[in-house]
Amino acid sequence: MTLLDTLQTALKAVISYRIRSVLIVLAMSLGVAAVIMLTALGDGARNFVIKQFSSIGTNLLVVLPGRAETAGSFPGAVLGQTPRDLTLHDAQLLGRLPQVKRYAPLSIGAAELSTANRLREVTVLGSNENLIPIRHMKLALGSFIAQGSERSAQIVLGAKIAADFFPHTPAIGQRVRLGDSRFLVSGVLASQGESMGFNTDEIVIIPVDYAQALFNTTSLFRILVEANNHEEIAAAKQVILATLKQSHDGEDDSTVITQDAVLATFDRILHTLTLAVAGIAAISLIVAGILIMNVMLVAVSQRTSEIGLLKAIGATSTDIRRLFFTEAAWLSLVGALLGFLLGQLGSLLIRILYPQFPAWAPSWASAAAIGIALITGIIATILPAIKAAQLNAVVALNRK
Amino acid sequence: MIRLINITRTFTMGEQAVLALNQINLQIASGEYLSIMGPSGSGKSTLLNIIGLLDQPDSGQYELDGKAVTDLTEIEQAQIRREKIGFVFQSFHLIPRLTAAENIELPLTLGGVPIDERKVRVQNALQDFELEQRANHRPAELSGGQRQRVAIARATIMQPSIILADEPTGNLDHQIGAEVMLLLENLQHQGTTLIIVTHDRELGSRANRQIAMRDGKILTDQTHDTP
Repeated sequence: MTLLDTLQTALKAVISYRIRSVLIVLAMSLGVAAVIMLTALGDGARNFVIKQFSSIGTNLLVVLPGRAETAGSFPGAVLGQTPRDLTLHDAQLLGRLPQVKRYAPLSIGAAELSTANRLREVTVLGSNENLIPIRHMKLALGSFIAQGSERSAQIVLGAKIAADFFPHTPAIGQRVRLGDSRFLVSGVLASQGESMGFNTDEIVIIPVDYAQALFNTTSLFRILVEANNHEEIAAAKQVILATLKQSHDGEDDSTVITQDAVLATFDRILHTLTLAVAGIAAISLIVAGILIMNVMLVAVSQRTSEIGLLKAIGATSTDIRRLFFTEAAWLSLVGALLGFLLGQLGSLLIRILYPQFPAWAPSWASAAAIGIALITGIIATILPAIKAAQLNAVVALNRK
Repeated sequence: MIRLINITRTFTMGEQAVLALNQINLQIASGEYLSIMGPSGSGKSTLLNIIGLLDQPDSGQYELDGKAVTDLTEIEQAQIRREKIGFVFQSFHLIPRLTAAENIELPLTLGGVPIDERKVRVQNALQDFELEQRANHRPAELSGGQRQRVAIARATIMQPSIILADEPTGNLDHQIGAEVMLLLENLQHQGTTLIIVTHDRELGSRANRQIAMRDGKILTDQTHDTP
């Protein structure tokens, strides 16, 4: 019997036992769809988190003052921190390093923002012109604190602040009072909403030295550093630490967090989670496999006299085994493909309902789901197929 | 040419051993028309199954066309069944989900005959057995006589040298049964060996050579002139 004939004959059997076939295909496809949709959710969550992290910048290193570590009980180390702060001078030193593309010092505090008829407490960021590119922020209107203009009293308003203070007039060119100083509004940030728990719509940004004057401090909250490229992140971290140590009289008292390290951790956790849910969903495929075994066993006993006839007209045991295997393979294949479509449709539905959630099933999951469906379907048929092939032709023919 | 030497076949029914065939010696020439008669349990169906290679004897030797077939492998025996032997059953044994044409085509499919040749041969068989109008009907939509004609067409599509028929008219009324017998006898006239198993004395008496069996043994073996 040729392969093509085997495929056709088995397909005819699949089609003629319609209800049975539809039910198996349904079970199989639900299993496959479950694997695909659950991995789409898991992988979507992973990508969502990664995107959130990436949105705060690329090749980003964050320099923090102090070093959280177990310290001895000498004075000044009570909290496990050294008293030395990061300064603007430190930031400028880092800016000169060859591995560093650009840097943005960050000074943070709160102050009262007011105009003639409005007043509110706002979060104030002091930084330089690099903050926008490093943090991937966008301006809606006007210009940011221009390079070299750190001494000019300019202010950039968050989208919501601008809308609240200047609902009817353009904000650009207006004068506002922040604390005791007057600032000229040079730009308005585009609305970006919440990012990593930090709402950029409700902040104002001023040049860093104004901020330091406003808060009466010389220390910086953070220094954001962008490495030249991804490969140089590790090197940049070493050089930054070395530079700061030198600048701080040999005291190793700064911490550098790379975005990569944080990202990798989240990536690992969520990837493991995705695998776990995929594994749970795969159990339903095993269940579908057992269903196929059950149904094929029933098919063998239902078609006993047919098997006897096939033997009488010259089918070998191999022919009969192959016919049953092919029938199961058809059922699993159709089930797997239908499941694939269902899973993709389901993922699409999630993406339509929640556009910010990238629910794409990874291709390994789709391939694995289809593969497992086919393999369980075929393994489940081993027993029924052997039973069919071993039937005694005379006994089989005489059974009604 | 069929030659059976000392063929014995025993079945175990529960704890009891039943001797279905007891030292059978039989020689059937090519083109013979033979009927095997006897009451149920006489071993006539077992004899037919052994001749058709559906069943294996416990001892003895079976030669087909001068070749010992008892010790052949399962695959070789399947090939002989496919190419040399055609079965006709009392209950037709058509596959219900296949059409008449597809049922007739089945042995060709199993034999790996190319599809173009298959279509031609099935078409010819449909014509020979006056089934053209019924080609695309399933067995459930056919009358008993039509079903048996489909079964005979299937049994002869590989042009076997032996037709084995087990009560071929058992499920048919008298007139249709007679028509079916004429079809089978016509095949015998063209040179096919025809072996019919029946308990119907009238049917059996149509054959030139008549064998009567009882308790696994051949009781009588008579040859008559063509009636």
